[in-house]
Amino acid sequence: MAERKPIRWHIAVFLAPAVAVYTAIMIVPLFATLNLSLFNLVDGVKSFVGLDNFRTLFGDPRWSASFWNALGNNAWFFVVHMLVQNPIGVALAALLSSPRLRMAAFYRTAIFIPTILSFVIVGFVWKLILSPIWGIAPGMLDAVGLKALFAPWLGKEAYALTTLALISVWQFVGIPMMLIYAALLSIPDEVLEAAEMDGVTGASQFWKIKLPLILPSIGIISILTFVGNFNAFDLIYVSQGALAGPNYATDILGTFLYRTFFGFQLQLGDPHMGASIATAMFLIILAGVSVYLFAIQTRLRRYQF
Amino acid sequence: MTTRTLTMALLASTLLTGAAQAQDVTLTIESWRNDDLTIWQDKIIPAFEAENPGIKVVFSPSAPAEYNAVLNSKLDAGSAGDLITCRPFDASLELYNKGKLADLTDLEAMANFSPVARSGWSTDDAAHTFCVPMASVIHGFIYNKDAFTALGIEVPKTEAEFFAALDKIKADGTYIPMAMGTNDQWEAATMGYNNIGPNYWKGEDGRLALIAGTQKLTDEDWVAPYRQLAKWKDYLGDGFEAQTYPDSQNLFTLGRAAIYPAGSWEISGFRAQADFEMGAFYPPVPAAGDDCYISDHTDIAIGMNAASPNAEAARTFLNWVGTSDFASLYSNALPGFFSLSNEPVTLDDPLAQEFASWRGTCKSTIRSTYQILSRGTPNLENETWNASANVIRGTETPEDAAKRLQEGLASWYAPQQ
Repeated sequence: MAERKPIRWHIAVFLAPAVAVYTAIMIVPLFATLNLSLFNLVDGVKSFVGLDNFRTLFGDPRWSASFWNALGNNAWFFVVHMLVQNPIGVALAALLSSPRLRMAAFYRTAIFIPTILSFVIVGFVWKLILSPIWGIAPGMLDAVGLKALFAPWLGKEAYALTTLALISVWQFVGIPMMLIYAALLSIPDEVLEAAEMDGVTGASQFWKIKLPLILPSIGIISILTFVGNFNAFDLIYVSQGALAGPNYATDILGTFLYRTFFGFQLQLGDPHMGASIATAMFLIILAGVSVYLFAIQTRLRRYQF
Repeated sequence: MTTRTLTMALLASTLLTGAAQAQDVTLTIESWRNDDLTIWQDKIIPAFEAENPGIKVVFSPSAPAEYNAVLNSKLDAGSAGDLITCRPFDASLELYNKGKLADLTDLEAMANFSPVARSGWSTDDAAHTFCVPMASVIHGFIYNKDAFTALGIEVPKTEAEFFAALDKIKADGTYIPMAMGTNDQWEAATMGYNNIGPNYWKGEDGRLALIAGTQKLTDEDWVAPYRQLAKWKDYLGDGFEAQTYPDSQNLFTLGRAAIYPAGSWEISGFRAQADFEMGAFYPPVPAAGDDCYISDHTDIAIGMNAASPNAEAARTFLNWVGTSDFASLYSNALPGFFSLSNEPVTLDDPLAQEFASWRGTCKSTIRSTYQILSRGTPNLENETWNASANVIRGTETPEDAAKRLQEGLASWYAPQQ
């Protein structure tokens, strides 16, 4: 009789705390939310309605208009981050990793500090800076003779969302910078020396040698930005309120969810429709992450040193 | 021997006071007005306790934003206080329907309140009232008296005079004619639309007709206030689109703006901040000789926890809240929150007295969107914020805004379909 392997209990024991905590605070609430979205009040009684909430969300002209508006705004919010935050983050990291730069540690810290500030502070400070009444922005533009360019950006439908996205970029540019900076430092000197021997220096060294080596990090940053942006809520809520003015121009999925789920002013909360929106958000993020994991990450070439 | 007698006497007195205290009933008040804690502790509660020995009252407020949630969970858990401060309309109605608030229709003090005052805390058919109205806030315009004197402007009575005054202030250039922004949106609806609107829709007549479905938001009476709001744009400060509510308050109290579309709750704050003389006028009527209407909005009331073990004492307290003693105590301690009682009250603050005096000259109504009409989705109150801000910014015409609101209301409210 072959000797049976003893059951390795210690694996289960060591995993148990993490699994238990993760299940209790992540998995159970997630499924509870998904479940809640399948119910609604029918004549005052909570009953199973299948996908009716989603039919309302996508089929009812008002609900769907709000939803698509929020999704479109959210997409734009993400695009601004991808086009502004990440390239600037990469550029800053490239500058910081340059051996000739003095006071690199100071710049690194200074640029990273906004990231650790609370949204409330960031929203409030920028509102003050951009305030047409007390703000320093109109004064500074006036000093260089560009007063005509000033507009009450946060109050204009055309500019408000982009302004908020740029504020968010200002706050979070430190994160891609740090990640890319770490990736750049991990490139072995041998590789760079070999490149120099072959005459690849300066900018072309960055484009041809370093950039391909940090692409996986850029991929990770993109996906972090995607998840972060589609879950965003705080900055908009702090600076524009739950109604995400002007005229819902800054309404993103997070604020739309908040208004629906918890209610606002005279509007009573509707947990069932709120859960439906949360489910839709979850599926959007899941789809985005899946596209990245299966279509992009598997094709990225990795280099082992 | 002497020592012993003394000890006995002391013991006896301890026992006696103990017995006296045991008969005392302690009532706890749930409230969101944590700003008013000292006023309750120093003025209101001592006055009640002096008149009603044997009843002790504790005022225990929670943060305004959390109040509804905290109260609901306390009521469900059975740990809520005996007296409940009531939000107006649906929030309290829901508590009454769930049996959490006691029916107070037969309370003697209810006779002191008009049907409009009771509407915020009555069932839709007005058959049952479940909270004693405490205070309302009145809308109007507060102005800088120094500015009006310097520019030789009389207090405007009609819309034409109002815009003439604004033009004059604008032409002079010393002051921003009117301090209001659209960033936070609610001022546009609350201090804009619902402030000037009652003059057009004839107060309660229009409001009740809208609820009954005999008038529509697209009727001239309901679009006209938007037409006036659309004209406000030219008189607001630079960059009003991004101006917040505190910005507007500061502009006015710093003396940079001449007129402030206001709610009476601003009075005590403005008293503390502004160092110029302030006056107030009610919303100018469309044409000379028209009746004036004011938004005298029911804001705060007090009811009884249906599960309270001290119902008798709680009713005593609620009856006292309906007296003119309480009315004058409360209204003077909190200028700008006016008692809803029919009993006359004299106010020491002249600005508050000015606001209160309009009740004699104008007819009172409440905000049009609060009763019944904000129960569905889209929510009429929230939509009105958005529409009013859009109209002031000039991004939506008054007619389009009214049409959109009407369609939204008709989509769920049967009498409007």
